Amino acid sequence: MKNEKKYLFDDPKNVKRVLYILYSCCALLVILDFVIHRHVIHSWESLWGFYPLYGFVGCVILVVVATWMRSFLMRDEDYYENIELKNLGETTKEPLTKNIASKTGGHHVDD
Amino acid sequence: MWMIEIPPFIPFFIGALIAAFTRGVLRNTLMIIVPIVSGLHLWMVPEGIHLQFAFLDYQLSPYRVDKLSLMFGYVFHIAAFIAIIYSLHVKDTVQQVSAMLYAGSGLGAVFAGDLLTLFVFWELLAFTSVFLIWARRTPQSYVAGMRYLIIQVLSGVILLVGALFYAVENGTLDFGYIGLNGIAGWLIFIAFGIKCAFPIAHNWLTDAYPEATVTGTVFLSAFTTKVAVYALARSYPGTELLVYIGAAMTCFPIFFAVIENDLRRVLAYSLINQVGFMVVGIGIGTALAINGAVSHAFNDVIFKGLLFMSMGAVLHMTGKINGSDLGGLYKTMPKTTILCIVGAASISAFPLFSGFVSKSMVMSAALEEGYDWIWLMLLFASAGVFHHAGIKIPYFAFFAHDSGLRASDPPKNMLFAMTIAACLCIAIGIYPSALYSLLPYDTGYNPYDATHVLAQTQLLFFSALAFVWLNLKGMYPPELRSTNLDFDWIYRRAMPLVFQNMFSVIWKVDRMVRDMIKEKLSHSFAYLASKNNRLSGLLSRNHPSGSMAMWIAVMLGIYLLLSFVK
Repeated sequence: MKNEKKYLFDDPKNVKRVLYILYSCCALLVILDFVIHRHVIHSWESLWGFYPLYGFVGCVILVVVATWMRSFLMRDEDYYENIELKNLGETTKEPLTKNIASKTGGHHVDD
Repeated sequence: MWMIEIPPFIPFFIGALIAAFTRGVLRNTLMIIVPIVSGLHLWMVPEGIHLQFAFLDYQLSPYRVDKLSLMFGYVFHIAAFIAIIYSLHVKDTVQQVSAMLYAGSGLGAVFAGDLLTLFVFWELLAFTSVFLIWARRTPQSYVAGMRYLIIQVLSGVILLVGALFYAVENGTLDFGYIGLNGIAGWLIFIAFGIKCAFPIAHNWLTDAYPEATVTGTVFLSAFTTKVAVYALARSYPGTELLVYIGAAMTCFPIFFAVIENDLRRVLAYSLINQVGFMVVGIGIGTALAINGAVSHAFNDVIFKGLLFMSMGAVLHMTGKINGSDLGGLYKTMPKTTILCIVGAASISAFPLFSGFVSKSMVMSAALEEGYDWIWLMLLFASAGVFHHAGIKIPYFAFFAHDSGLRASDPPKNMLFAMTIAACLCIAIGIYPSALYSLLPYDTGYNPYDATHVLAQTQLLFFSALAFVWLNLKGMYPPELRSTNLDFDWIYRRAMPLVFQNMFSVIWKVDRMVRDMIKEKLSHSFAYLASKNNRLSGLLSRNHPSGSMAMWIAVMLGIYLLLSFVK
């Protein structure tokens, strides 16, 4: 990997730059809140910083709750497969081996 | 009219026949021509009922065209066209044939004018699409396809029973407004609900779609749920229950999407979330809300298709789809990355992308009609969809940690299909009037006023900020190889387990009872035998045959005497 060419985000500086752009956009949007007069339908909408706060808090809650859900919903990757594919194997295995034997014209040693 | 109005499912069924018997370039060319010709034909067909005949006592109209069905007809043609191009490299005839049949069935269903025709195409949708799942040819896809088929067929059977009740109650099979009154209304509602992935009935989608083939999922994401949305929009507009069901659909899947590892399953959850917005719109039922629902269905087919295509491209090129195995693919798949980001921006409803111009209609309608809490839920879901579909999908696939995978961009046909979808997303976002002119109602809605644009941009940027903050703090849940339990646990684990235990108990009791009876019987036999097996026993005494002959002689002698007496 040493000789591999450097890509855009291999340089941490570029990652920082993207983040700074994001931060300044967020700041600009909050400032715009004061400049642009909005015609609101609901009274909550006119609260200062309603949308930015709702977006931020909503997402944090979403992630925190989802992480907590993992504690009781998470199972091994093959949780279902263990049983479902085992059952499947039992029903299909036998005729399969028989077919192979009859196709090749082979006989079982006990035959 | 100078030409015959051919129902659009017929060209597709003919296309399927062609796909079955041709190969190579010829098949590819003909398959591309089918949606183009059929779409152009549909463009010229005037509104009205074009095919009608009597069946028993009922009037059937298998081809009815109006604004609502046309909208879905157009988008199904676009979706079929894009998906066919995306799957041109596939040599598997089973997939090509079933894809054509499936697209045709979807078109048949939206142009059905009566419930019986709808039922036929409803079931055809299930039977043709399941082959797109089985075509993956893994044991997992086999069992998932089975479950998918059982649930879909169940939905069809309920629809049929509902339609029969409806015919008895109303004396007609007309597929129009039904409403939730009477048993027929509820049965048909449940049938539509199952196909629409209502909560609890949603797991067929998250179970089967990620198990389908790379190209199959692109077809699957376009038709089945949108046919159900169309059916709800036709038969249950303004049903308040739908508002609450829809709101639930927008919210709960995003939690599962955040912790899901399989990126195509993340998209499946987000598909339910998007359908939720449409269901809310149908439930509100005002002109603006219905317009929002229908146009969102139109846009969703395209941007969700684009997202499934980009993840399909990743799966096709790397053979991996779990977030835990991917990352850093932007280095070698730059085009796919950009196209995926366009899809992500569209589903997140960024201004100038297609999701924005349709989703905002549903949100505005919810506010106008005074559904405050529903509006808050939708707002939360909008932030959430950006979080899991808008950021998580591109981030974990193309950025995040470098997985060391160095796959190149997918074949040209896949890239071309994705490019068409991406261009449509942007075109609709920039110039929504074209889309609006096709809508069932004229509401004069304009999504691009300063208030809307600012509000939505603020919401999205601060969601992104939350993602960055959580990531920097190390609070963002890492992608883990895991299965997350959902409602399907009930029928995949709990019910089999209960039945298994129940039968093992039943068999145990059964064996015990049998053993008991057997023991009792053998006891009584032994008793009888022991009683009668001795020489002194009543039944086992030995009589010499001489005494027998003597007694016969005695009897005959008495008989002779009696004859003299007379």
